[in-house]
Amino acid sequence: MNKTINQKAWFFVLPVIALVAFNAIIPLMTVVNYSVQETFGDNTFFWAGVIWFEDILHSERFHDSLMRQLTFTFTILLIEIPLGVIIALAMPRKGFWVPVCLILMSLPLLIPWNVVGAMWNIFALPDIGMLGRMINSLGIDYNFTRQIGDAWFTLILMDVWHWTSLVVLLAYAGLVSIPDAYYQAAKIDGAGSWAIFRFIQLPKMKRVLTIAVLLRFMDSFNIYTEPFVLTGGGPGNSTTLLSIDLVKIALGQFDLGPAAAMSLIYFLVILLLSWVFYTLMMRDEEQ
Amino acid sequence: MSLELKEVSKQVGGETHIYPTNLVFDSASFNILLGTTGAGKTTLMQIMAGLDKASTGSIFFNGEDVTNIAVQKRNVSMVYQQFINYPNFTVYENIASPLRVANIGEGEIKKRVGDIADLLKLSPMLGRRPSELSGGQQQRIAMARALVKDASLVLLDEPLANLDFKLREELRDELPRLLAERNCVVVYATTEPMEALLFSGHTAAMHEGRVTQFGPSSQVYREPNDLVSARVFSEPPINTTSVLKAGNEIRLSPGISWNVAGELARLKDGPYTFGIRAHHVTIQETGNTPIQVDGTVQITEISGSESVVHFRMNDNNWISQSPGIHPYDVGSTAHFYVDISHGLYFDEHEKTISV
Repeated sequence: MNKTINQKAWFFVLPVIALVAFNAIIPLMTVVNYSVQETFGDNTFFWAGVIWFEDILHSERFHDSLMRQLTFTFTILLIEIPLGVIIALAMPRKGFWVPVCLILMSLPLLIPWNVVGAMWNIFALPDIGMLGRMINSLGIDYNFTRQIGDAWFTLILMDVWHWTSLVVLLAYAGLVSIPDAYYQAAKIDGAGSWAIFRFIQLPKMKRVLTIAVLLRFMDSFNIYTEPFVLTGGGPGNSTTLLSIDLVKIALGQFDLGPAAAMSLIYFLVILLLSWVFYTLMMRDEEQ
Repeated sequence: MSLELKEVSKQVGGETHIYPTNLVFDSASFNILLGTTGAGKTTLMQIMAGLDKASTGSIFFNGEDVTNIAVQKRNVSMVYQQFINYPNFTVYENIASPLRVANIGEGEIKKRVGDIADLLKLSPMLGRRPSELSGGQQQRIAMARALVKDASLVLLDEPLANLDFKLREELRDELPRLLAERNCVVVYATTEPMEALLFSGHTAAMHEGRVTQFGPSSQVYREPNDLVSARVFSEPPINTTSVLKAGNEIRLSPGISWNVAGELARLKDGPYTFGIRAHHVTIQETGNTPIQVDGTVQITEISGSESVVHFRMNDNNWISQSPGIHPYDVGSTAHFYVDISHGLYFDEHEKTISV
């Protein structure tokens, strides 16, 4: 068979290339451009090589925010994934309550991020906030604007409140797609509810859970708005996550070179960790 | 091991899914539940298994009342239309799973899994996962799981429905061999009359929640109790038309009539329903007593060496199934020959009249 060779197909791809160039490639290349140059603000640039990258990689400040970021991300993953699965398992499969549960679950996801931050900020204020007042009235000295532990507690609680729903919805979608016959077959075999979860529900939810972990990982690693509004990175630097630190360097100190280098490292860290997660979770499928 | 249902019925929210049903399946028997989707086959099977509770009635295994005994303790196994296996177990572990629950020793498990895997041609793939295998192989794993534990009741709910034609033929041939020499009651649900006839056994014809007839498959096929059972057991659908009886003459339409003897001749004169299966309405003149009818051709389906002609005859939609390829034009008039010696007659209550 003869294949007709022509180049017309490129015309169809062109709009996409143009779009991707404008919203991804050009901004990214600008960052790359900044990351290898030094500027003194009058729009003159000097070649700096990999100085900024070395600086960032050796900077204690970067190490600290990266550690904080990893702590935050892994804590919320460890809470949100199991909690989301448990809630999904407890949700009804059919009947009147299904849409009610689904709508209630989706509500936190519909609230704009800065509103979530502001909401929790007021909610947790020790003197006038409902949560803050309640904890203090229990005799616990709670003040998230002053105490590091309290700030982290509030930050994680806020993220769990905001995002567990996403895991619930994904896990629920995985659960309802399991045909009844699986449960019946397991019942005939005499499998208990743990065995049903371990050998039927969990394997059947694997794909959606992989997506849930990846989404929650990437989103939480990029998180900015909510902690910025809630704690502003404080008290001190105790809740300064990577993105907050990056904005401080880029816009607060106007150190464009180091900020650009940090952005690229940040990006590569996310890419690498996402790949690791995906490979680990999909390991069995490949075999 | 025998299975008996006594006045078993099932109501769900004021709707009757199964009307009071009595059935006795003998030990080491192959029983077929035949009926269209929605006839209640699956519901009845789930009640037999103990996965679903009957609203009324009782179930006996070997004369022992098991109505309130949980499914886990009934020693049943079931194969579904979907290929149900544990997704992250290997084939070996899947087949072994019912034995593990029963606390059987590792040596015995190995032997039994090996035997059943040989029988079902699964031995080369014991180390693989179900998702890596074809649909036919996946269904074989499910069957192996059902057979490995020597259940006293094996329920097969349209196990071949999701397989492609070739695999279906293959497994259909293998099934009786696999189930032979097992002292268990086999219940096999299907929508296909052909399948019911292929497995020599008993057939329960089901329609809208009722078992309309139960008996040896060939008998149910040849001597249906009533029109409903005849319809359930006919593919293509059985042709029917009303006929007028006067004395010993049966008249289909002016000019088309024949004589009958036996019980029918002695019954009172009047209208009756005449039924004839499609392969007894042929384009060629066959049988001892063919009667010619004319019809207007609506569709001709030609499948390999056979022609199925849908035609209209006296306001009835009839189907003729004949050997050979006969392409008729739509709308043309054609002659068909009805082998009335295979005809069935039904009274005004749609009960069969024995001839």
